[in-house]
Amino acid sequence: MKLAWPWQSGVLDPHGPIGAAERTILLDSTAIMLAVIVPVIILTLVFAWWFRSGNPKATRLPDWSYSGPIEVIVWSIPTLTIGFLGGIAWLGSHDLDPRAALSSDVPPVQVQVVAMDWKWLFIYPDLHVASVNRLVVPAGAPISFELTSASVMNSFFAPQLGSMIYAMPGMATRLNLLVDRPGTTPGLSAQFSGDGFSDMRFDVVAVDRQGFEDWLRTTRSAGGKLDDQSYRQLVRPSAAVAPMSFGDVTPGLFERLAMTGPPAFETAEAAASQRVCFAPRARN
Amino acid sequence: MLGKLTWDAIPWDQPIPLAAAASVIVTIVVVVAIIVAKGWLPTLWNEWITSVDHKRIGVMYFILGLVMLLRGFTDAIMMRSQQAIAAAGAQGYLPPEHFDQIFSAHGTIMIFFVAMPFMIGLMNFVVPLQLGIRDVAFPVLNSVGFWITAAGVLLVNISLVVGEFAKTGWLAYPPLSELAYSPGVGVDYYLWSLQISGVGTLLTGINLTTTILKMRAPGMSYSRMPIFCWTALAANLLIIAAFPILTGTFAMLLLDRYLGFHFFTNELGGNAMMYINLIWAWGHPEVYILILPAFGIFSEVISTFSGKPLFGRRSMIVATMAICMLSFLVWLHHFFTMGAGANVNGFFGVMTMIIAVPTGVKVFNWLFTLYGGSIRFGVPVYWAIGFMITFIIGGMTGVMLAAPPTDFVLHNSLFLVAHFHNVIIGGVVFGAFAGYNYWFPKAFGFTLHEGLGKASFWCWFVGFYLAFMPLYALGLMGATRRMQHYADPGWQPLMLVAFAGSVVILAGIVLTIAQLVVSIRSRENLRDATGDPWSGRTLEWSTTSPPPPWNFAVLPQVEGSDAYWEMKKRSTTQRVAEPRLQPIEMPKNTPIGFVIAFFATVTGFALVWHIWWMAILGLIGLFGAVLIHGWRVSGEVEVSIEVLAAVAGGPTAPGAEP
Repeated sequence: MKLAWPWQSGVLDPHGPIGAAERTILLDSTAIMLAVIVPVIILTLVFAWWFRSGNPKATRLPDWSYSGPIEVIVWSIPTLTIGFLGGIAWLGSHDLDPRAALSSDVPPVQVQVVAMDWKWLFIYPDLHVASVNRLVVPAGAPISFELTSASVMNSFFAPQLGSMIYAMPGMATRLNLLVDRPGTTPGLSAQFSGDGFSDMRFDVVAVDRQGFEDWLRTTRSAGGKLDDQSYRQLVRPSAAVAPMSFGDVTPGLFERLAMTGPPAFETAEAAASQRVCFAPRARN
Repeated sequence: MLGKLTWDAIPWDQPIPLAAAASVIVTIVVVVAIIVAKGWLPTLWNEWITSVDHKRIGVMYFILGLVMLLRGFTDAIMMRSQQAIAAAGAQGYLPPEHFDQIFSAHGTIMIFFVAMPFMIGLMNFVVPLQLGIRDVAFPVLNSVGFWITAAGVLLVNISLVVGEFAKTGWLAYPPLSELAYSPGVGVDYYLWSLQISGVGTLLTGINLTTTILKMRAPGMSYSRMPIFCWTALAANLLIIAAFPILTGTFAMLLLDRYLGFHFFTNELGGNAMMYINLIWAWGHPEVYILILPAFGIFSEVISTFSGKPLFGRRSMIVATMAICMLSFLVWLHHFFTMGAGANVNGFFGVMTMIIAVPTGVKVFNWLFTLYGGSIRFGVPVYWAIGFMITFIIGGMTGVMLAAPPTDFVLHNSLFLVAHFHNVIIGGVVFGAFAGYNYWFPKAFGFTLHEGLGKASFWCWFVGFYLAFMPLYALGLMGATRRMQHYADPGWQPLMLVAFAGSVVILAGIVLTIAQLVVSIRSRENLRDATGDPWSGRTLEWSTTSPPPPWNFAVLPQVEGSDAYWEMKKRSTTQRVAEPRLQPIEMPKNTPIGFVIAFFATVTGFALVWHIWWMAILGLIGLFGAVLIHGWRVSGEVEVSIEVLAAVAGGPTAPGAEP
């Protein structure tokens, strides 16, 4: 058993500007609120203790129930605090809009994400490669995601990169992230999607420019083609799938999925083969 | 003949549900055997099951909540133990298809069948007494509402043995909850039990709203109404506005599942996003339906035990009604990560934060109610102070989640799980136990054991922090909710601490039961003959404990807020003219609620399993029962002056004229 601390992993240890900005808002708003709630908690305990019925020194005010100045103060403190935090929320909502493209000198890498039962498919439409459960990106380049689902809702989440976004069938959502240093960080689904949900993990592997070129070359030479036939094979429900890749991709696959939703035969097949009522599953 | 129902529906190969079901069945058989053997059956039927007395119905709601708390907590401790084990490749002892049912059942049961019965039970018991009236507006409807809720509870529990429960999470998001992805009966059990109990909740909402708006004691203007009644009014208005949305949403999902409609399916233009919007348009007000009455309880407890009127009463009422309104304008914060634009997310983020303003005002008002008081540390005050501290922390994490950019990294994480348990345990559950300890002597004429009550509080309090503070940290470390196992071994130490916390909470629950048992056994020592054990300020303390069926032989005359406190002050300085007794009409007991619930259960079960003939018979039974009840000759019985005089009234009910 290994001890880990919250600031050594997850959203408090961001590997990119989006995650870093979100951590800043998180820490700032916490500090602002602590400045209000810590005194209130202390006052609660002090008042409760001092005004205990057995304390002979306490001044009793048995009919005191109104004070104009205090009323003004008790409405003002939360109003001002929330006015301030609300401003942060409004601005942050615009600055960190998942759809907003990131400004950078480096051209963005396009990645199309398909959530499947129960694995993640990453298609690089401009580079004509694809991978499963392993997202390889060049460090320092913006990544422009388009996401959809081949079955139910999921949420694409790489905690150290920043924002998550839902992947939903029959439509495409957008997300823009950037990894600022090479390294491998975890990714997972944040929206429950069925029995294999816990195994919907992937690695985000950020490599330098040269490393990315190398990965592209080896992936292409390793072969495998993501076309209608291999897609139909891939989309069958399966869990804990080892990372794999495709050296070539038929264009338009993501667009068809996002426009029309998963074809009916797949869901019917899925229902018949895997998600059967009372099907006993071996414990593995 | 029996639709989809076969012997395979019973999970013979799974020891955990079988053992659980067997122990439940044995317990029920033993309890029924004791009742029959002791000859309590007629009493149970005549005095409780057919009762239309709001006090009895309130007590039954609370008992229902306590029983279901045991079921919901069993699910909770199973989840915590599973996650304490299943790290880094280990699978734990619960396979996914079982674990998924457990967290779905836990959420559904805790919200609908624990928190709701607690709050509705307390409102049912207290509101008419505080308003100084004899019953709710529609006593028979009240009984029907309770029994229909019990029917929903029964269906959920049947799913433990016959078939399965939903494996979709407690809100059953489509398309996962659609037939293509959930072909089993689990989602149908979920939908029918909540549809049936939802009708009961709506009836209660209409009943209590009408009661508060139309039936207050003479002289009780809105401004003099006790603060708990104000919060109950807000909660019941929300029930009336929100529950039809839930019923409509579930109706659409049922049409999808039963008749091949496509409201939320992946195909033919269905759109799951609509379901998610609708379910939260109910779901967010639901949070306030639960927490507003709890706020009212704390207001009463803090004021009474400080020996002072509530500070800033008008502010408190304004804040309550502001929360009531605002609660309908924030639903989208449950899915900032759906990809709505920056303006939409920003608007709902700011609206959500604005709710923190009236809530913050309430906290300050409680604080200044303590100030200058003479605080007696009874058990309810422990819960109230524990609530103030805990709820402030939950409020803070709520505001953190309300900012879209932070929600983007905390949504659906264990941080979120920690947040809503922080406000629901720290607010609703603490409130329910504060109210339970506070009003128990009114219901039964003896107080609850102090020492065990305080011990129970400390276990809940410490257990809560142990169980949920680690979840905040885990959420920040990137742990999402509903995971049957996880890869990162670094999460395990905190998961173990959280499990230890759930064991401490278990001790708190055991002590709650012990407190009840010990109190009943030593009730003669704990007897409260005054009817006013806490030096109360509102009208429920002006009558006897337990109150007579008609609550007040003579309706009290209200001359200010804190009506009973005013009366006590005046009666020491001047002699009040004694009012005359008059005969009163009380509603007769009726089994209609129980009968309707019976047929509703049969219909629900039949629909879950597609046993159409049985569903039709159930519906005919339902209709027939209501028809027969509608033709009854007389629904009321007159209580004569002699009877009223013979039963001891409270200070406002002096004897009849000779």
